[in-house]
Amino acid sequence: MTEHDIVVIGGGPAGMAAAVAAFDNGVTDVVILDRDEHLGGILNQCIHNGFGLHKLGRELTGPEYAAVYAEKVAERGIRVYDKTMVTAVSKDRIVTAQNKDGMLEIKAKAVILAMGCRERPRGALSIPGARPAGVYSAGTAQKLVNCMGYAVGKKVVILGSGDIGLIMARRMSLQGAKVEAVCEIMPYSGGLTRNIVQCLEDFGIPLYLSTTVAEIHGKKRVEGVTIAQVDENRRVIESTKRYIPCDTLLLSCGLIPENELTSSAGIAMSGITSGALVDEYRQTETAGIFACGNVLQVHDLVDYVSDEAELAGIGAARFVKGTLGTFETIETKPENGVRYVLPQRVSLGRNEDVSLFLRVVKPFGKVRFTVKSGDTVLANAVRLKAAPGEMEKLTVRAEKMQNITEPITVCLEEVQ
Amino acid sequence: MKRELTCIICPRGCTLSVDTDVTPAVVTGNSCPKGETYGIEECTHPVRTVTAIMRVANREDTMVSVKTAAPIPKEHIFDCMAEINRTTVDAPVKIGQKVLTNVFGTDIIVTKKIL
Ligand code: SF4
Repeated sequence: MTEHDIVVIGGGPAGMAAAVAAFDNGVTDVVILDRDEHLGGILNQCIHNGFGLHKLGRELTGPEYAAVYAEKVAERGIRVYDKTMVTAVSKDRIVTAQNKDGMLEIKAKAVILAMGCRERPRGALSIPGARPAGVYSAGTAQKLVNCMGYAVGKKVVILGSGDIGLIMARRMSLQGAKVEAVCEIMPYSGGLTRNIVQCLEDFGIPLYLSTTVAEIHGKKRVEGVTIAQVDENRRVIESTKRYIPCDTLLLSCGLIPENELTSSAGIAMSGITSGALVDEYRQTETAGIFACGNVLQVHDLVDYVSDEAELAGIGAARFVKGTLGTFETIETKPENGVRYVLPQRVSLGRNEDVSLFLRVVKPFGKVRFTVKSGDTVLANAVRLKAAPGEMEKLTVRAEKMQNITEPITVCLEEVQ
Repeated sequence: MKRELTCIICPRGCTLSVDTDVTPAVVTGNSCPKGETYGIEECTHPVRTVTAIMRVANREDTMVSVKTAAPIPKEHIFDCMAEINRTTVDAPVKIGQKVLTNVFGTDIIVTKKIL
């Protein structure tokens, strides 16, 4: 068994930023285990731009953003075990992995989980009809087109209006395909508004809300799909069924944090985010194990993934050095209009600002968010609009964190 | 004429209202100065950064990602794609390397390193 101070699982944006932050905070024995050949994770196939505005102050494509962090990893001499698949993590921080050299067992003083997320598989969606070729998850299609140069299809329908679906609508159009429609089962899009503008409106692609794919047609290859509107219980309205000929169906139906390692380790999870329960440094309920990035909560901006990973990196470094401290913690709770709040618990007595990240349950116009503990208001913020597709961040100042005894709640109210 | 737009410069996505009846046009709803520039540009000569992929001729099944070094007029997006699709590169390439020059007033540069 080998030993390292910090083992980071995953070499995507979260893993890289966490490793760099841990190193810069005084723990130089950091290693990254990554199943891929190159660092960068999913960013390598996200060739569009829009990354880094917040974090780096310039607009980059995914591969460029990844390269900035891969460079930081290399400069620090952080060891990367590439093409290495982690098969188990234990609560006492033993990481088991496989690569071409065989089995690897590492005893770590701290572990950072940064495995990212994966797409909701098609099986989970139960669309009636045959199972012909030409049905892809949006992310798989993205990899085939952007990394391998395959033409995935000529006439395309996309189910799901999350950001990957929108980005792929534009990519397929640019590559010469005709995107007939993007169907969204919810009455609103789950993607960023800017993506609806620059990926759909720019290319004249219709977005049909409260609409689903009711049936897939074709034996060997997709020949068409039946789309239909749904009622408020998401049941197909028969009279609205309509046939669209196409050879390809892309599914962009949400992302799920990839937490098999986390749950097999017995680390406490949240039923809402499908990620671990964490504190302000992203430490899970199991001491010395931290989580960050999309494995913790699905983000819409990589910039926020990097921010979160830095917190985990700092936390893990301090844990190893024995300076993180243990404090009494208090819960955070979503209320009225808020779906979840992360971190789910916050230490008392740190004397540091605490940022709370949250998502709302449905689209709203102008809203005021209020963070409270009992009757004491800790922070509030007004937003001109709020949507489930856009993560919100609220910061509670250190001085407001003094003398708190009741759980921290976050709620919203609509304002005129 | 008044036009409603979503600013696409940053993820905040402010809803802009642009009054083009007056000169210079008046933008409201923006949270920062970039939104004003975007609003006016979008109503006069809209531009976009184009990102794409280019075949790496000396590597099997390998594409390299590229982009326009600056945004180009929106109406030339498809002509720009055609230029890119006509071109191949040979590895190694590094980020920022020019692979086409003077395409609708800018260059096409590499966004991914291929060894
Ligand atoms: S106006 Fe400024 S803050 Fe608003 S979306 Fe545009 S760039 Fe972002």
